[in-house]
Amino acid sequence: MKSAKLWSWVIFAIGVLYFLGPLLATVQFSLSIRRTGYSLDAYTNVLQSPVFQQTFLYSLTVGIAAIIVGLVIVVPAAYFVRLRAPQLRPIIEFVTLLPLIIPPIILVFGYIRLYNSSSILPLTNTDIGTNILLTLAYVALALPYMYRAVDTGLRTIDVQTLTEAANILGANTPTILLRVIFPNIIVAVLSGAFLTLAIVIGEFTMASLLNRQAFGVYMQNVGANRAFEPAALAVISFVITWAAMGAIQLLARFAPKTQRI
Amino acid sequence: MSNSADTIVANTAAPASAGVVSASGGPLRALQGVRWGDYLGVAPFLIFAVMFLILPTAWLVIGAFQANDGSFTLQNIADLGTPQILNSFWISIRVSVASALLGAAAGLIIALAVIRGKLPEGIRSTVMTFSGVASQFAGIPLAFAFIATLGRLGLLTVGLKLVGIDIYRAGFNLLSFWGLTLTYCYFQIPLMILIIAPAIDGLKKEWSEAAATLGATPTQFWRYVGLPVLWPNLLGTLSLLFANAFGAIATAYALTGSSLNIVPILLYAQIRGDVLNNPGLGAALAVGMIVIAALANVVYLIIRTRAERWLK
Repeated sequence: MKSAKLWSWVIFAIGVLYFLGPLLATVQFSLSIRRTGYSLDAYTNVLQSPVFQQTFLYSLTVGIAAIIVGLVIVVPAAYFVRLRAPQLRPIIEFVTLLPLIIPPIILVFGYIRLYNSSSILPLTNTDIGTNILLTLAYVALALPYMYRAVDTGLRTIDVQTLTEAANILGANTPTILLRVIFPNIIVAVLSGAFLTLAIVIGEFTMASLLNRQAFGVYMQNVGANRAFEPAALAVISFVITWAAMGAIQLLARFAPKTQRI
Repeated sequence: MSNSADTIVANTAAPASAGVVSASGGPLRALQGVRWGDYLGVAPFLIFAVMFLILPTAWLVIGAFQANDGSFTLQNIADLGTPQILNSFWISIRVSVASALLGAAAGLIIALAVIRGKLPEGIRSTVMTFSGVASQFAGIPLAFAFIATLGRLGLLTVGLKLVGIDIYRAGFNLLSFWGLTLTYCYFQIPLMILIIAPAIDGLKKEWSEAAATLGATPTQFWRYVGLPVLWPNLLGTLSLLFANAFGAIATAYALTGSSLNIVPILLYAQIRGDVLNNPGLGAALAVGMIVIAALANVVYLIIRTRAERWLK
């Protein structure tokens, strides 16, 4: 058993090397823009660039819009499936798996074909239309995670009792959803939201093929033209991803639970 | 369970959905089991799914069998048989298989070491948190990180050169099959750890104790108990990892530009600039990808259903 423990440490150490190595190398690389000594120049170059600020703000806006649209679609569906229409569950769950089966590049290719200027719904004709299309594309991308997060949240509360109680007090369905169910699953909703943000913020394929000046497209541009700034961007992205996932972990501790008797 | 809610809903006049139901009456409800008001709640979801998941994909599938004048043709599918396209599918499949196998093997070993290797308490939760982050750390930034590590001027490349090992002269290239595979492992391994950890938790401590009591060596335990129980999960996760790598494009694109000929990059170039000079062929390419990704996922779904019977 002693040797088993030793092997565990060896495996763990190799894993640490593989996973922390590139991170350390990236940090070191991002600091070496000057020939002598370390400096934060690569970071200031990136952070002060107006293009960085614009594209980041754009991706953040689209991400938040996608979260809101996603919630409007997912919360009622998950609620009704759980409360009254469990026979729809297999269909809904299959649909939420589709974005994992169909690669994003295929989805966006389909959108371009289906919603181009000569179609019934020519979304790509206008700027605002294309922005809406990208938002909806991100809703599709985040659908599996959003649905699972909301469904998990609904499982931890007593949807049945809460709905009955609200009904007795005279609340209608939209009121129940908005003022009873939603506040109770806010933690689950937020973790779904952060996960969506982590996925969407640096997304490249869809934004690039829809010609949007998004953060992922900007990063790709910098990567093709600069040496040290990409490393700085990679570090910034990693910190953002880490913050989003850390927020989810933190939130999990505050999840409310209603007691079932 | 839904009956009590129905009675209450029907007895209060207020709910909008209840109004529809009491108007449409009982028989329909018994027939459908789902009330019209509930369809209203699920409707946005279903409309979205049709408009932004099902129709776009179906549209491409139809397009793959259409000639430029709109008539039915198999020419587009037949045109996939050019050496360039076949080669791209072959490289994509190889990279996906290699990164899935390596990722699954490494992920399993790390997960086993962390969960069952008697390592200190805090390590497991740290590894799981990190896996959550790293499995999402894909795309463009991941390519940047590996360029900074193993690119021609990367830290590791330069460091090894200092001690006399020139990996590029030895034949390594980050912008190649192995370079891409190694990079993909950075999100494949954590994904494997996240998925397989619950299955490993399902291996009860008593089983290894029982095996040990009966005189089994640890090797025998894994050969006859551990791996057979984990097997369906392993296979299932493999196909998920395969599909994950197969559809990925951003990392490869940022890493290699368009120098590495994999299917998603070829399709990307085709959508951007119509390099193959034939819109139908683009659709056929997409259908090829859908078929391969779907096959892998069907395998996953079938196996997962079976695995769930075991791990209850």
